[in-house]
Amino acid sequence: MQMRRMNNSNLLRAPQMLLVIFWSAAAAAATDPAAPSISPTNIFAPASTPAQSIFGLSLFVLAVTAAIFVVVFTLLTYSVVKFRKRSTDDGREPPQVYGSNQVEVAWTVIPVLIVVALFMATARVIASVQKAVPSSNAIEVVAIGHQFWWEYRYPALGVVTANELHVPVSDDNHPRPTFIKLLSADTDHSFWVPRLAGKTDLIPNHPNSMWIDPHETGVYLGQCAQYCGTQHAKMLLRIYVQSRDEFDRWVQEQRQRQPSGDVVSEGQRIFETTACVNCHTVAGTVANGRFGPDLTHLMSRDTIAAGASLNTPENLRLWIRNPEAIKPGSLMPAMELNEQELDRLTDYLETLR
Amino acid sequence: MSTDAIVLPRTEPLSRPLVDTLHEWVTTVDHKRLGILYLGYALLFLVVGGIEAGIVRIQLIRAHNDFVSPQVFNRMFTMHGTTMIFFVAMPLVFGFANYLVPLMIGARDMAFPRLNAFSFWLTAFGGLLLYFSVLGANGLYGAGNAPDVGWFAYAPLTSRTFSVGHSTDFWTLGLLVSGFGSIGTAINILTTILCMRCAGMNLGKMPLLVWLNFVMSGMVILAVSPLTAAQLMLLVDRYLGGHFFDTQAGGSAVIWMHFFWIFGHPEVYVLVIPAFAFASEIIPVFSRKAIFGYPVMVAATICIGFIGMSVWAHHMFTVGMNSNANTFFVLSTMAIAVPTGIKIFNWLATMWGGKIEFKTPMLFCVGFLFQFLVAGLTGIMLSAAPFDWQLGNSYFVVAHFHYVIVGGILFTVFAAFYYWFPKMTGKMCNETLGKLHFWLFLIGFHLTFDFMHVPGLLGMPRRIYTYEPGRGWDVWNLIVTIGVFFQALGTTVFVVNLVWSYFKGRAAGPDPWDAWTLEWSTPSPPPAYNFVSIPMVKSRRPLWDLKHPNDPDWKYE
Repeated sequence: MQMRRMNNSNLLRAPQMLLVIFWSAAAAAATDPAAPSISPTNIFAPASTPAQSIFGLSLFVLAVTAAIFVVVFTLLTYSVVKFRKRSTDDGREPPQVYGSNQVEVAWTVIPVLIVVALFMATARVIASVQKAVPSSNAIEVVAIGHQFWWEYRYPALGVVTANELHVPVSDDNHPRPTFIKLLSADTDHSFWVPRLAGKTDLIPNHPNSMWIDPHETGVYLGQCAQYCGTQHAKMLLRIYVQSRDEFDRWVQEQRQRQPSGDVVSEGQRIFETTACVNCHTVAGTVANGRFGPDLTHLMSRDTIAAGASLNTPENLRLWIRNPEAIKPGSLMPAMELNEQELDRLTDYLETLR
Repeated sequence: MSTDAIVLPRTEPLSRPLVDTLHEWVTTVDHKRLGILYLGYALLFLVVGGIEAGIVRIQLIRAHNDFVSPQVFNRMFTMHGTTMIFFVAMPLVFGFANYLVPLMIGARDMAFPRLNAFSFWLTAFGGLLLYFSVLGANGLYGAGNAPDVGWFAYAPLTSRTFSVGHSTDFWTLGLLVSGFGSIGTAINILTTILCMRCAGMNLGKMPLLVWLNFVMSGMVILAVSPLTAAQLMLLVDRYLGGHFFDTQAGGSAVIWMHFFWIFGHPEVYVLVIPAFAFASEIIPVFSRKAIFGYPVMVAATICIGFIGMSVWAHHMFTVGMNSNANTFFVLSTMAIAVPTGIKIFNWLATMWGGKIEFKTPMLFCVGFLFQFLVAGLTGIMLSAAPFDWQLGNSYFVVAHFHYVIVGGILFTVFAAFYYWFPKMTGKMCNETLGKLHFWLFLIGFHLTFDFMHVPGLLGMPRRIYTYEPGRGWDVWNLIVTIGVFFQALGTTVFVVNLVWSYFKGRAAGPDPWDAWTLEWSTPSPPPAYNFVSIPMVKSRRPLWDLKHPNDPDWKYE
């Protein structure tokens, strides 16, 4: 596929340096040493072509606006200080000036020229990001926003998962971008992983798309960026960028269905005879609900409740017993099971690897 | 020209029954009293909206805070936004326009005094209707609740599926009712300006404030009408089984966005153009110079009015418009920076070579100039669509538009209060308290809104009731919240100042600032019907001509 990069690095070097100094100073004050830069969601730490194009443009815009700021700020400060009324004032009115066409033309034409430059740089980046077409080896994902979680389907690979998106790394030697089709099952949402790309909304009845090509492996964070209801805040995004081998292995694992043996555990019986199956799917069993996340490989995920909590047995048990404790307002109901049933059900879910 | 005015003999007894006074205020059609009603109403809601903002900020002071529940938080930011735009900013704008426009054009009242009263009471009851949701949304016997759909109430969150109960209906009806009030007032202002100007005041001799309110009123008619239409469609969807915005039945969520923002963006200019108007009156008087480039200022305003109607979809860069549409709205949005820049330069040139006196109104105007500069520049960043794909709906945007609305509009509104309070009450505001207010509010403003940009750059979306630790957002949010307390303190000083000055302030006299426009030729406060004989003007600064008979303006204009 064709991906044009911003090619004005010389022009941008000076402001870039300033920015680096600023951010590294800020980084010293950052509290969490584990974060990749000062923040895992810093828009100025791009790791994918769309985010990098935006970063390049943003440096240009920041440089231009900073220059305007310095000039006008200086003029304003100068006039406020210089022309203040002195204590030695003679009490007469200053000379009255009504205007000047020459200066008006000057401060009209110069801003027009600046606007033209900014516009052209912007139009170029819009085209480069929006007009990219998928290459033949691109991964295709359908992301569906739900109140308040993410469903991911890989139609070509036969994989369905939730909340944690896995994509392969895409470096210069092996470019393999991921194109994401964005749908919504209910209200508006927005897909925003700042280090990989700008945000794009998921709107019901209005399919959108976006693409990423992460250059380095790792976990990239983000979250829903369009208010979608009570738990908008805990609709977190995690993108796992894996090496090609790891990604292929992950796909193989995800395609496995759960074995449907004759011997059904007590936990599975509880799962399949209560309301759980109305909303959740476990491939290979009778559970085929679509309202909540697919649980076929629940244990392959690091988090539950769309990133609101770590996927530990204790949290899982609490989540089933009382979702309000983790995510008040979530659409998962409390299952009203007794302690023993909770233990058995949690044991069963722990087997969904 | 005549500067005589009616001086009413004090025949009535000094203390009258309270109910008589109240009756007079409720039934008044006097533009000055209605103006003051608007302003008082707006200040009341400013306090309410401010408390809501405070609750939002306390909740966000640190990660995983649990000061309020997510439900309450969502209601708070919805009510804060709705209140501040529709029941604080709009009434402030209309209040000053009502009070000042007839006085400045030498008229005895608005063109339609009773429509004026009707419009005010519509606005007032619209606000009450919105707040009645707190009691009535789920019926009086159940627990009522306030709307929680956000101030731009995107579909389909407002549909009956996702918004159960009546809170969204109160939101819709409150805005619908006050919207009719706004349209009524706008028609009134337009007609007044076109038909009621005194002898000699052709369009080119109107004070800039009048010109700017003229443009503002035209925009209100064009912008509030689509909002009204959208609210009606939403009501049809919710009660008559319509599918305008019902996505599950083939409706369009994006259409609501277009309807809302073709109101929503011009609304920004509806609010900021009157702010420009205050600055354009106050800066010249305290610089002791005529406004620089009057015809250019008028042209730039009209230009902003027209371009302002064609930029709305820059609120929608992330909804998946095609690249041509995105590019168009980048261009129109960037273009508006040019006339806005011209305005800043003209104010600068007005101060240049003057003798600037830093009374409280001027302090607020200077604050406005610096802050509006920054707001404009962050606006340029957001106008670059790809940059907006990152910044849109983040705290950067929240910081940007608060820079416009608080740093730009509210600062000039404070300036206007200090500047015209003597005219309205006959008493001077306390200058020491005024300066204390200015510095407290300035510190609070910058602590809050300067630092609010940063979490946006670090990926923090707006409207989240809590956030995860370890994202580098905590310290910035702490500083932002601390700033709110300074702003609250500053606003308290302001209210104390108004009350104290009303009772104990020094007498102002008709023209305390040695100013140049017609309102200062009347006594303070001006009597009913303003002018004994309609004045006649020969220039834009009739009082300058009067004070400098040897060097009048009309020789040069």
